[in-house]
Amino acid sequence: MTQALLTESGYATQTGKILHTEQMTKLEKFFEISLPGGKDLNHAPGQFVMVSIPGIGEAPISVSSSPTKKASFDLVVRNAGILTGAMHNLEEGDTVGIRGPFGRGIDTNLLKGKDILMVAGGCGFIPMRSLINYVLDNRDNFNSVHVLLGCKTPADRLFLHETANWEKRKDLDFQCTVDKGDAEWKGRVGLITKLIPDVSITPSSTYAVVIGPPIMYKFVIKELLNKNIPDNQIILSLERHMKCGVGKCGHCQINQKYCCQDGPVFTYDELKELNEAI
Amino acid sequence: MDKYVVLKKSDFNGFIKSLSKTQKVMAPVAKGNNNYAFEEVSSGEEISISHIPTILPPKKYFMPQRETILAFSKKEHEWKPILEKEPLVVFGIHTCDLEGIQLLNKVFTTPPQDTNYINRMNDITTIGLECNDYCDEYASCCVMNNHLPNSGYDLFFTELSNDFMVHILTEKGEKITGGTPLFSEAQSAHHKALEQLRSKKKELFKDEVVVQNNELKELFARTVHSAVWEDIQNRCVACGNCTNVCPTCYCFDIKDDINLDLNTGVRIRSWDSCQNETFAKVAGGENFREERGSRQRHRYMRKFNYSIGKFNKYFCTGCGRCSRTCMAKINLKETINSLAGEKK
Repeated sequence: MTQALLTESGYATQTGKILHTEQMTKLEKFFEISLPGGKDLNHAPGQFVMVSIPGIGEAPISVSSSPTKKASFDLVVRNAGILTGAMHNLEEGDTVGIRGPFGRGIDTNLLKGKDILMVAGGCGFIPMRSLINYVLDNRDNFNSVHVLLGCKTPADRLFLHETANWEKRKDLDFQCTVDKGDAEWKGRVGLITKLIPDVSITPSSTYAVVIGPPIMYKFVIKELLNKNIPDNQIILSLERHMKCGVGKCGHCQINQKYCCQDGPVFTYDELKELNEAI
Repeated sequence: MDKYVVLKKSDFNGFIKSLSKTQKVMAPVAKGNNNYAFEEVSSGEEISISHIPTILPPKKYFMPQRETILAFSKKEHEWKPILEKEPLVVFGIHTCDLEGIQLLNKVFTTPPQDTNYINRMNDITTIGLECNDYCDEYASCCVMNNHLPNSGYDLFFTELSNDFMVHILTEKGEKITGGTPLFSEAQSAHHKALEQLRSKKKELFKDEVVVQNNELKELFARTVHSAVWEDIQNRCVACGNCTNVCPTCYCFDIKDDINLDLNTGVRIRSWDSCQNETFAKVAGGENFREERGSRQRHRYMRKFNYSIGKFNKYFCTGCGRCSRTCMAKINLKETINSLAGEKK
């Protein structure tokens, strides 16, 4: 057992320090994390990390901050399982194990000079925020930018201070809809699919990026195809259970694709013939 | 390296005895009721030369059921990768299982390479053993082209009337045969006997299903929505036996084991099965293969279809273990023949 070999282990885990936390909703908690020595995570939007708590285990969590944010990165964790539940007990100053980033993220070079239509539903907004902030930080590189966000209720919305700023921006078309409003909600109510027909884009030079719960994809893709966006310009990020992150354990397999390596970001073109994908 | 030597059958016991003094030797041992298992042996007498496929394939030495991959300490915020390995000689591996090992090697050496697996693999010496006869009605090694040796071993033994004919394929193998005076140069009579055995095998081993090897991928592609999967769904109990005994199933789970000090512990990976209901379930509750039929289809597709796309190889070796062990009598050959009987 030599030192050189040890560092090659795909399971080598770094210690991440929690710099800041914030309870965003009943179920979602925000974490800002730094790696040893303030090292950059070096991720692409759409990539994920494996987060560990010793004795509890490991789970895949998508990165929510833009690659333009250096020295630390953001995660937003929904309390949905054993590891994520335990994460909700962690506070500033605590540590977690970090492996990654893993997977194929969004190739932002492809999007340069294009109209960008981002469609995020529920938890999908968390990884989409990485791309939104990347695009806004490099705004001159892109043509028109549209962000459509769908949430269950107003109380489920995340990053309210950021979305409030986006609403004010002239160079960004940001729209939010909720499935069910409340007494104070003055915004749109209804499914996210209803927002798509009215978005003003040039289909041939548009990239649509869709991240949301599995049920959302079928309906959103239909609307995007109705707008004549080409199959290979519809980008989707799929949710699967990743255990290893290195394309071996089989949990995230979709046909011959391993979501953790070949994805989680795919084009519709790559998925439309795959049984069980969407 | 391509060299043949012979070992007198009367010297076999002594050979294993002396080999086991310097290295751990694993070999098939009879467990009663026509069951066999790879176990540590210290003499040739313990070994079952004539055996049907063992309950578990030798993959258990390459990727153990339970393997430590990390050690952690909560207080020190420390994560230390662990590479467990053990030098082993595995004797008596049939050609179906040699193919299984080669396929696993392919999986774990394909980038991103798996350091834990590769370390073990490099420390294992494989000694194959020819099947002179057909084992039983569950095997389909002939249609999978695994009834004859196709490489993947260090040494390969074939039982002749008074001797074992031994093919030396690697330096690792030659080290073993060269390390003892028991092996001698193969004579032309030995080569002739081997040839005769192989041509006799051509009569004994026939394609086991109604389709040819090169039609299997397409067969599974066109029968994704076949009623055969519904029938299997109604019988499968999702016990996961078929994947546990499969020489090429390599799915695993990763879990933590914390010590009683609630500070230190290890992370382990252990065999998992795509047949378990929660295997493809995500935290949000969505299950991408909720039905047992879709999970069985996934297993078959990984053997005959997806694996071609990913590795350009069938991942069924024809060993027959999945059918032999199935409590619901789901039979691989019957499944293939039923799918082939579906209208195109």
